[in-house]
Formats: sequence, structure tokens, C-alpha cells
Amino acid sequence: MTPVAAVRDAGLAALVAFGLFAPLVGLRTDVVEGGLALRGRWDDVAWLVLLAFVGRLALLLLAGRRLPRLTLPAPLARAGQYAAPFFLGLALLLPWLPFIERYELDLGILVLTYVMLGWGLNIVVGLAGLLDLGYVAFYAVGAYSYALLSLTYGLSFWVCLPLAGILAAFAGVLLGFPVLRLRGDYLAIVTLAFGEIIRVVLTNWTELTGGPNGLSGIPRPGLFGLSFTSEEGGFADFFGLDYDPVHRVIFLYYLILGLALLTNWVTLRLRRQPLGRAWEALREDEIACRALGINVTVTKLTAFAIGAMFAGFAGSFFATRQAFVSPESFTFIESAIILAIVVLGGMGSQLGVAVAALLLIGGTELFRDLAEWRMLIFGAAMVVIMVVRPRGLVGTRTPSIALGEKRAIGGTYVSEGH
Amino acid sequence: MAYALQQLINGVSLGMIYGLIAVGYTMVYGIIGMINFAHGDVFMVGAFVSLITALLLGLGGGAAGPGALLLVLLAGMSVTALYGWTVERVAYRPLRGSFRLAPLISAIGMSILLQNYVQVAQGARVKPTGTLVPGGVTLMETDGFAVQFSYVQMLIIVVTLAVLAGFTVLVTRTPMGRAMRACEQDRKMAALLGINTDRIISLTFVIGAALAAVAGCMYLLRYGVIDFYIGFLAGVKAFTAAVLGGIGSLPGAVLGGLLIGLIETFWSAYFSAQYKDVAAFSILILTLVLMPSGLLGRQEVEKV
Amino acid sequence: MILDVEELTMRFGGLTAVHAVSFQAWGGEITALIGPNGAGKTTVFNCITGFYRPSGGKLTLFGRNGEVALQKLAGHRIARAGVARTFQNIRLFPGMTVLENLLVAQHNRLMAATGWGIGAVLGLSRYPAAEAEALERAKHWLNATQLLDRADDPAGALPYGAQRRLEIARAMCTEPVLLCLDEPAAGLNPRESDELSALLLQIRAQGTSILLIEHDMGVVMKISDHVVVLDHGRKIADGTPAEVRADAKVISAYLGEGDEDEAA
Ligand SMILES: Nc1ncnc2c1ncn2[C@@H]1O[C@H](COP(=O)(O)OP(=O)(O)O)[C@@H](O)[C@H]1O
Ligand SMILES: [Mg+2]
Repeated sequence: MTPVAAVRDAGLAALVAFGLFAPLVGLRTDVVEGGLALRGRWDDVAWLVLLAFVGRLALLLLAGRRLPRLTLPAPLARAGQYAAPFFLGLALLLPWLPFIERYELDLGILVLTYVMLGWGLNIVVGLAGLLDLGYVAFYAVGAYSYALLSLTYGLSFWVCLPLAGILAAFAGVLLGFPVLRLRGDYLAIVTLAFGEIIRVVLTNWTELTGGPNGLSGIPRPGLFGLSFTSEEGGFADFFGLDYDPVHRVIFLYYLILGLALLTNWVTLRLRRQPLGRAWEALREDEIACRALGINVTVTKLTAFAIGAMFAGFAGSFFATRQAFVSPESFTFIESAIILAIVVLGGMGSQLGVAVAALLLIGGTELFRDLAEWRMLIFGAAMVVIMVVRPRGLVGTRTPSIALGEKRAIGGTYVSEGH
Repeated sequence: MAYALQQLINGVSLGMIYGLIAVGYTMVYGIIGMINFAHGDVFMVGAFVSLITALLLGLGGGAAGPGALLLVLLAGMSVTALYGWTVERVAYRPLRGSFRLAPLISAIGMSILLQNYVQVAQGARVKPTGTLVPGGVTLMETDGFAVQFSYVQMLIIVVTLAVLAGFTVLVTRTPMGRAMRACEQDRKMAALLGINTDRIISLTFVIGAALAAVAGCMYLLRYGVIDFYIGFLAGVKAFTAAVLGGIGSLPGAVLGGLLIGLIETFWSAYFSAQYKDVAAFSILILTLVLMPSGLLGRQEVEKV
Repeated sequence: MILDVEELTMRFGGLTAVHAVSFQAWGGEITALIGPNGAGKTTVFNCITGFYRPSGGKLTLFGRNGEVALQKLAGHRIARAGVARTFQNIRLFPGMTVLENLLVAQHNRLMAATGWGIGAVLGLSRYPAAEAEALERAKHWLNATQLLDRADDPAGALPYGAQRRLEIARAMCTEPVLLCLDEPAAGLNPRESDELSALLLQIRAQGTSILLIEHDMGVVMKISDHVVVLDHGRKIADGTPAEVRADAKVISAYLGEGDEDEAA
């Protein structure tokens, strides 16, 4: 492209930017006494228009008309095989690293929660190819199950955890049964609607769920009956340590790490079993599956149920960590974030999902001081990542079995579901 | 009886708004087979641009004349159309022919982006405008219950019908509309016949966004208060309307919108206002499960 | 007899794609189903294999466990009853390796060995033995279809002819009593066609009956025991290859393909 044409094109971009930003950025509505008032912010508009001009120009001159598709450089791709052990080691040792304080541990717990949710959803979306936009519903079912069971019946965390998983899996089957014959986008929308229904019910069924105020005072988990309090007979007392609230945080950290690794282990194992292979086959071609005698509905349901079960586990962890649940934590945006993690990670890749969770959750945490901007950047990142790398970070698939050496399969052959 | 009549009026005027948004979903789905997840937020942008234009014209609080309202509507439509065009150009076009999930994720990202962009640019607080079109006529009065047909509601119905009539002429009578329908039938074939399909797709987004802006403007007039989050729910409901009417079918979208508006209004009036969204979502699920081709849609049989 | 088709009818809206067609396929034989394009052959297959529910008629399979009324069964149950098929436009699992494709085909047997998945996760099952057996079966068919050296390649990366063979190998891994092939020779070169004929004869020799849709008359005449001819959804002839070749109606159906519509 000639520089003149590029400048013309960039000028056009600047013009469009002016049209977009002049009304919504240039004129800000402020709520004042007796109504609304407008306030001009033309310098901001000028900056944005300039940015559009320069950005477009740079893009055109550097990359030409077509946007670049990002590919990982070979050395980086080869380093990938060491990435998994590295991250695992890092995760195991994190609480003991010198510069790790309470804040970093909390962030670690948050990231691991999303890693676990991502791995859980990866079963449904990445392996079975079922587009689920309401995954947060199962997370909510797990969280409320734990909250209600422990508050009402005084059951301990370790009893509630499997129960919450089972209840979430049950919810998965309940939803899955009627809707699983829908395809692609339709399935996505139906699951979204289901997620919203759950949230509306949680908000309005005040007698059971506490309504918008949620449930608080949820019991904290202990380790083999040792509670993390300063009392006699607590964890610190038993081991002769000085009481430190960080003990509980470290415990919670290892708890979620364990749960996440359990998710990963089960997934990896199932992938090498007929069930996991059938999920992937389903993603590739449902009709061929039927012709081979695979019961498509049951196979989809198992994916849905197992995915939901892990969300249920994660939900009860969430409830016990916060000691508080409310419908606000289970909005559509959560589902979107988890789905973004799975897709960004590269569908079906366990490592990719973990890295994506680290990038998206840890990354947006960097912008925490810009509270309002965080989600804006998040949304923009989703668009940009899809445009430059539609197949996600790890765009290849590893075969589950081989006669000779396992060789990664290029993304062009792998279908992404229906 | 009077009460029901009132609900009917309310339901139809609400349904018109849903119908206008639903047309955008249906058009885009028909032509490129994707759910434009950001369409609800485009509607929200339309409402905001209308609000800002109204304030610019000094309409805050008091009654507005027809000329001023027309200006508000036109400004809203043109700016929002530009947003629609940009969304397609930036987030969807680079992904054409890519993996099927990518545009959907990109659309979800775009929806989050638009929502938070408006939140950052305009603030998170709700924006009350007061009534711009006050008054109405009392149709009947029984047992102390007066059936009101407000001027706003009349305006909504008249404007929506006029816009939809213009839109129908555009799609059925003009060469451009023919090209659009050709793309909808078979995009590859249309491209072979020399139709610039990229342009037609852009146009689809532009028109869809303009219609959503009309809906946004009507919403603003009707409720007198908006915020950056209105797009999500309205979007899901309008999508429900599109599905109920049969996705891909333009009359279906309007019909679906009317039905959703009526169902929601009557549900709130007779059962429970708190669960009115559950009603809409349940209809969505039931329609998709029981009759995925909707009321007026074409039946699709999968060939093996 | 392996399959009895009685008065099979399939309507799509106003269009009757298959009109009261009856024929039999015999055990240990290759039965060919031929006819001009649009005659309704694939539709017959889709009815037999449960992808369409017939509008009328009966389909009886005489399988390992006695008689089965196919028109009442769901698609995956028909496959379990012993009917395997390939598709006119190949349907492999392109992102999975050749070997994985063949293991997916043995899903039901393997799944039973894993204790429906749960046992396998815990590692307490007869699964390793079952998997070894499945691998052997896969290798056997890879050998028969000359795909052994491509076992670890993604199915989508194979050349066209190899994909056709893989689809047959995959169908055979379900150990069917009846194998339904929809135009397996389409797009093959003469040498590949000959190899295909040999493969089908080998499959027949192993005791699997074959129902074959094919346009390549060379292949049909050479290997079929019995030929059924469809035209415009109706059966117009039924007999040995020699009889069918001499049949006036068949000749006119094929030669007069262009002006059939006016005649009808
Ligand atoms: N799912 C379907 N819906 C509508 N018509 C169909 C469907 N499947 C097949 N047909 C019609 O049935 C007729 C026979 O098709 P087919 O069985 O594919 O023919 P063949 O395989 O002999 O070439 C054709 O006219 C075709 O258009
Ligand atoms: Mg055919």
C-alpha cells in the first residue's frame, strides 16, 4: 500500500473515530440537581481521533491491509513442553516464595479458581464442542448448595463438597437433557438463558437464598477437624505455631490448587479413555458418531454433567472462601470470562487454559486501580485476541494415543464443535 | 377488562421496541449466520446518543416538539449506524471464514467493550430525563380504573410502524434490498454474480443498528431513564423475539417482538413482576427446544 | 437373508423420494443399489441406518441376535445391531488421528470394559486388555486398507482415496453384519477402484454382507452378487448383474436420464 493511500485510509479512520467519539465522549451527561447537564470534553475526543489516525496508519504501513495472524516463534513453541512442569512447580511452591504476601496469595487463589473453572468448562466446550454460555449457573448451584447445606444442617465442608458437586452435576443433566440437541449458537443462547434464570431465582427466592443480600456466615473449612482460628485445639495450637491468619489463606490456596489439579487429572485421564475420545469425536462430527453406535445424547450429558460437577466443586470453594454468597457473583459476565479463558487458551488444551486464566485474571488485576477501565480493557482484549489468534494460544491438539510417536495435530484439521 | 386493555396497550408498545431490535438480530443471522451478541449494546448506544442529542437541543425536563424529536431520532440513527458499521468492520470482518466460535467470542468481547466504554464515557449512574412527551388520552374509565393511552405510546407505535414500512420497502423494492436477499440465500453465489458481499454485510449492520437506535430512542421516551446496562436484557429479549418469530424472518422478528412484549407485560400484571425475565428466558428455551424454526421461520432439515 | 426392505416409502413435504421400494439383501453377498442421481439411493440408506424415520414400510435386519425392526430404532441402536455405514461425502473425525478414528468406532465395546468410564478414571478395570484388543483390531483393518504407516496422522491430512478407505476401515471396526457403502469408488482412480473391489471382496469373504451404492458400473458388475435398480424413487429392476444389464427399463433410465421428467 502506498503511503498516500495509507494516509487517506487513516484519515478516514480518524473521521469515523470523530463520528463515534464526538457524541459519547465529547459530551458527557452529568446528573445535576433538577435533571441532566452536558459537559464538553473535546480534548479527549481530539486524543482519541489522533490515536485512531496514528494507529490505523501504523497498522497499514507495518502490516498491510490484512491483519497479522499471530504465530508463536519456534523456540517459544518448543519451550511449551517445559511450561507445564514449570507452572506446576511454581504453583506448588508459591506460598513459600520470599516476596509472596497475603495479597499475592489471594490473587493466586483467584487465578486458580478460574483455572479450575476453565478446566471444567474445557471439558464441555473444548473437548465435547458444546458451547455453554451459562456455566456460571453450575458454579452458583455449587456455592449455594454448600452455603445452604452447611448453614441449615451444619454439615462440614468435606461432606458438602461432594454433595455440591453432585447437585451441580444434577443441574447439568436437568438442563442438558432437553437442550443438548441444539447446535452451536442456539445452545449458547439457551445456556445463557438458563444461567440468567438461576440468577433471577436466586435473587427473588428470598426465604431460601436471602435474596439480593445473599447468605453470610458460611462456615470455614478445617483440616482434619482442625479449624483455622486462634482458639485452643485449632490448627496453630495443635502444631504449636503462633496463630497467624495467613495459615488459613495458605490452606485455602492449597485447597483450590488440589481441586484444580483434580480437575486436570480427571480430564487428562478421561481424554485417553473411550469417553473422552467420544467427546472429541462428537466435536468433530456428531453424525458420524451416531453411525458408529455412540449414544450422542448420553455422551453429551456426561460431558455436561462432569463439567458442571467441577463448577460445583469450585462453587463450594468460592462460598467457603468468601464465607458469603450473593447472586451478584454469578452474572453472565462470569460465564463470558470463563468461556474467554477456554477459547483464548486454545480449545481442549489444558496448559493453554491455565496460561489464559493467568493472563486474563492476573492481567486485568494489574488494572485494578482503574476499576472502571478493567472490564473495558478485558472486552477489547477479547476482540483483539480473537482477531489475531482465533485458535487461541495453543492451537494444536495432542492425540490421545499413538502407535509411534505422538505428533501434535494442526489447528486447521481440528473442528471446534457445532 | 379495562385492566387487560391497559396491559394490551403497554404490551404492544413495549413489543414494538423489542421487534425493532429483533430485526437487527434476524438480519445479521440471516446473512452471516452469527448471533451479533453486541446488538443489544448497540441499542443502548442508540438510547444514549438520543439522550445526548436531546440535551443538546435543550429538551431536558420539558415537552419536546415534533421537529426536535425528529432531530433526536435522526441523530441517534446516524451515529448508532456508524457504531454498527465499526463493530462489524473491527470485530467480525477479520474473522470471516475463520473458526465458527471466534466471531461469537469476539462479539461477546465487543458487547463487554461497548457496555464498559459507555460506562466510562458517561458514568455508571442512571440518567433520568423526565418525560419528553407528556400526556395522553383516557380511553375508558371503569370502577375507578382509567385506561391511559399516552402520547408516547402512540408515538412509539406510529414511528415503529413507519420505520418498519420504510424498511420493508427498502428490502423488497430496491436493488440494494435484492442484493441483501441474494446474500442471505447464498453468499458465495451472490459474490459470483458480482455482488459486493462485504458491502452488503456492512449495510446489514448499518441498517440493523439504525433500527436499534430507533428502539433506543423510543425506550428513552417511554421510560425516561437509561443506563449503560439496559442493552443486555433488552438484547436477550429481542433475540428471544427473533427466535420466536423464526430467525431469518423479518416479519417474524416483529411478530416475535410483539408477543414477547405482550407476554412480559401480562405476566408482570397478573403473576409476578419479579419473575418477568424468567418468563422471557423460559420462552426462549421452550421455543428453541420445541420449535427451533420459530413461528414464521423456514424448517431446516439436515441432509446427511 | 440379512436385510428385508418392504414397501419402504420416504416423503419430504410434497416430494416422495422413495416410493414403496422392496428388496432383499442376502447374507454373505454384495448387493448393489444403483440408479441415476436423485433416484433415492442415499435416502434408502438414511432410512436403513436411522438418520431418517421412514414415512412407511418395514425394514428388518436378521442380525446376530435375531430379527430387528430397524424402522423403530434410534440411529445409534441400529449401529449397535450391526449395521455400519459410510457417507457419500466422507465424514471422518478430521482432527483425530487415523488410529483414534478406529478406536472411536469401538467405543461401545471399550466403554463397557471401562465400567462406563468410572472404573477407567480410577484405573480399576479390564480396560488395558480391552484397549490392547481394540488396537489389534484397528491394526488389522489398517493393514487391510494399507493405512498402517499413516496411523498417527490426522485423518483430515490424508489424501482423498485414503480417506475413503479409512471410512471403510472405521465402519468395519464396529464389526458389523451389514456394511452399507455410499459411493465408495467416487473420485478414485482406476487403480484405487480395483483395490477397493479387492477390499470389498475380502470383507465379504470374512462374512460381512455389503449393501453398495455405486455409480462405477465396472465395480458394480464385477463384484456384486445382486443388483437393485432405483429410478425416481421406485424400484425398476432387481436381479443378477447380467440380468440387470440387459433390462430395457434400466437402459432407458440411464440413457434417457435427461428427459425423464417429461415422461413422468
Ligand atoms: N433431507 C431431505 N430433505 C428434502 N429432500 C431430500 C432430503 N434428502 C433427500 N432429498 C431428496 O430426495 C431425492 C433423492 O435424493 P438422494 O437419495 O440423495 O438421491 P441419490 O442418492 O440416489 O442420488 C432428491 O430429490 C433429494 O433432493
Ligand atoms: Mg446419493
